[in-house]
Amino acid sequence: MLAVEVNHIVKSFTDKTAVDDLSFSVAQGEIFGLIGPNGAGKTTTIRMMMDIIKPDSGDVTIFGEKLGEATKNKLGYLPEERGLYKKLSVLESIVYLASLKGMDKQSAAEKADELLEKTGMLATKSKKIEALSRGMGQIIQFIVTIIHDPKLVVLDEPFAGLDPVNTELLKSMCLELRNQGKAVIFSTHQMNQVEELCDRILMVNNGQAVLYGDLSEIRSRYRGNSVLLDFEGKLGELPGVTGKRQHKGYIELILDGKTTPKQLLERLVSRGIVINRFEVATPSLNEIFLKEVGKKS
Amino acid sequence: MNKTLLIFRHEFRHAIKRKGFIIMTLIVPVLALLAIGIFYFVSTGAGPAVVETTTIGYVDEVGGFDQHTTQGNIELVSFDTQDEATAALINYDVPEYFVIPADYTSTGVVNRYTLTRELETPQNITTAIKNFLTSNLLTGEVPPETIELVEKPLALVTTRLTETGEVATEQGGFGNLIIPGIFSLLLALSLQLSCVYLVQGLGDEKESRLIEVLLSSVNTRQLLVGKVLGLGTAGLVQVVVWLASLPLLLNLASSTLGGFFGAIQLPANFIVLGIVYFILGYALLAALSAGVGAISPSAREGQQLIPIFTLLLFVPLWFSSILFVFPNNPLWKVLTIFPVTAPIAVMLRLGVTGVAAWELAVSLAVMVLSIILVMFLAIRAFRVYLLMYGKRPRWGEIIRSLKSG
Repeated sequence: MLAVEVNHIVKSFTDKTAVDDLSFSVAQGEIFGLIGPNGAGKTTTIRMMMDIIKPDSGDVTIFGEKLGEATKNKLGYLPEERGLYKKLSVLESIVYLASLKGMDKQSAAEKADELLEKTGMLATKSKKIEALSRGMGQIIQFIVTIIHDPKLVVLDEPFAGLDPVNTELLKSMCLELRNQGKAVIFSTHQMNQVEELCDRILMVNNGQAVLYGDLSEIRSRYRGNSVLLDFEGKLGELPGVTGKRQHKGYIELILDGKTTPKQLLERLVSRGIVINRFEVATPSLNEIFLKEVGKKS
Repeated sequence: MNKTLLIFRHEFRHAIKRKGFIIMTLIVPVLALLAIGIFYFVSTGAGPAVVETTTIGYVDEVGGFDQHTTQGNIELVSFDTQDEATAALINYDVPEYFVIPADYTSTGVVNRYTLTRELETPQNITTAIKNFLTSNLLTGEVPPETIELVEKPLALVTTRLTETGEVATEQGGFGNLIIPGIFSLLLALSLQLSCVYLVQGLGDEKESRLIEVLLSSVNTRQLLVGKVLGLGTAGLVQVVVWLASLPLLLNLASSTLGGFFGAIQLPANFIVLGIVYFILGYALLAALSAGVGAISPSAREGQQLIPIFTLLLFVPLWFSSILFVFPNNPLWKVLTIFPVTAPIAVMLRLGVTGVAAWELAVSLAVMVLSIILVMFLAIRAFRVYLLMYGKRPRWGEIIRSLKSG
């Protein structure tokens, strides 16, 4: 069963159409990237999925049914801008918000201990939220998002404002969630973060889908006919190479339509050139996005 | 557990743990106890007060005003001429003097001279001079008992009868007004405090974006109902503590101090109506506050908007002096029926003249209808504006969205 199925949703506000006929699905056991620039309609889409706002038309089903009180307990949501009850302690905040997801107090407190220990935050258990740093608050909110063992986890810009250590910690926890068979939706405007985590993506711009599908398939679709090379020795003239672009620390070789990267590698090896790096040039998601948006405009 | 109940419990616990709430709840009975204690110790421990005698001069140009020169603690000293009296005054031998002019018996005018700047003649001086003149004029003309009766202030005892001619249980007077007067002020403060907590809570959750996490777990109705009931119950606890402490404090005050405190009465139905009007007043203001909390972009702006309607709560207190002088003024009927002013207007009127049954019925009906209407509109505003951060909607937009839902 699909974790999420979104069919032709539209949402307009007084001055603009935020989401314009968007459809996608998310399977269980995958990390799905919802990407696009700021104001593309990602958060509005998520809010419609979470039943926080209603779509003007179209529908959303979560695990095959419309979102209701019981289904809400299967969701974990980390909104873009975070906040907790400043005057409550870390444990009180976690336990209260977990209870709203159907957990009893006892199991919520036990699970909170477990997750606080895992994230290295156990020492903050009795501290008030207002005494925590922003990054620490974000980790606590991540714990609130996953404490009730949700089947679907929606993370809106989860790494914004986090230091590299905590970013890595959250990334590993996201991968762990996927490995447990949960569906993870990861929304961001920082496309480089998506490349290392997501299995499939939906790229949106101005409320419309720009790209949708398997990430590796999309990237191979946009793969250019060039290789990136860092070498030692003299390159000279190479058959099948129609142009060269010098970059800092490497050179980009543009191939003609007939020569494959494998053939080029064989030629280089046969000439005795020492190769430090040989990489088929793949455009970044950012480049793909700019290309697609440029095409449409 | 039901999610509305969870939110209710959380909000209630959170509210009653606030320092402001605890201080406000306890300070009223504690201050009253303190006042009774201080009053008791001062009145029993100080012993009889030492009365200082004041000497004032007078010049008798009529003749014959030479008896009864001791009037209470005021001693009257005669001067032969006004010049002598003035000399004594400016030498601070006497603080003041008065002249009984030769034509006094035909004009009734007495002239008083003093070095002190004052708004009007002190009452004890006026009484002393009047009694001195009366005593001297009537001595020998009427028996001394008659003179004493004339000089005494009128002792008028009023008894209120019921329509059947029996002595009414509530006799009125200021003793009847004290508790409703104080309670009205406390009720208005409690209602205002509950609304401030509600708007602040909503504003904080909206500002910190926690509202999104909450709405991914519960729906708007559960959130709103849980919050309103939780904070309302906390406010009700406060009011019940005050109301419950009143009879105890009154008993304590009248048994230890007696006198005026013994005359203080609680009007009939006061406690029941106090609770009913708190509940209805809170429901109405909570609905208004929820609307304001939803529309306001931040907790601070929400709190700035609250006085628009909470100030109306205090209107009956502003006009309370008019109520005491003109208790049957139609303004009071209007304030009793207008929903936002009704809770305080009814409490005040219960202490002065009472409120007619039909007025209470209309007032309660209008309040209930207003609550339904405002709650309906507040839920609409809540749904539309709760997720609009940092953006203040225009009035036109608000009205349009309330119409369209």
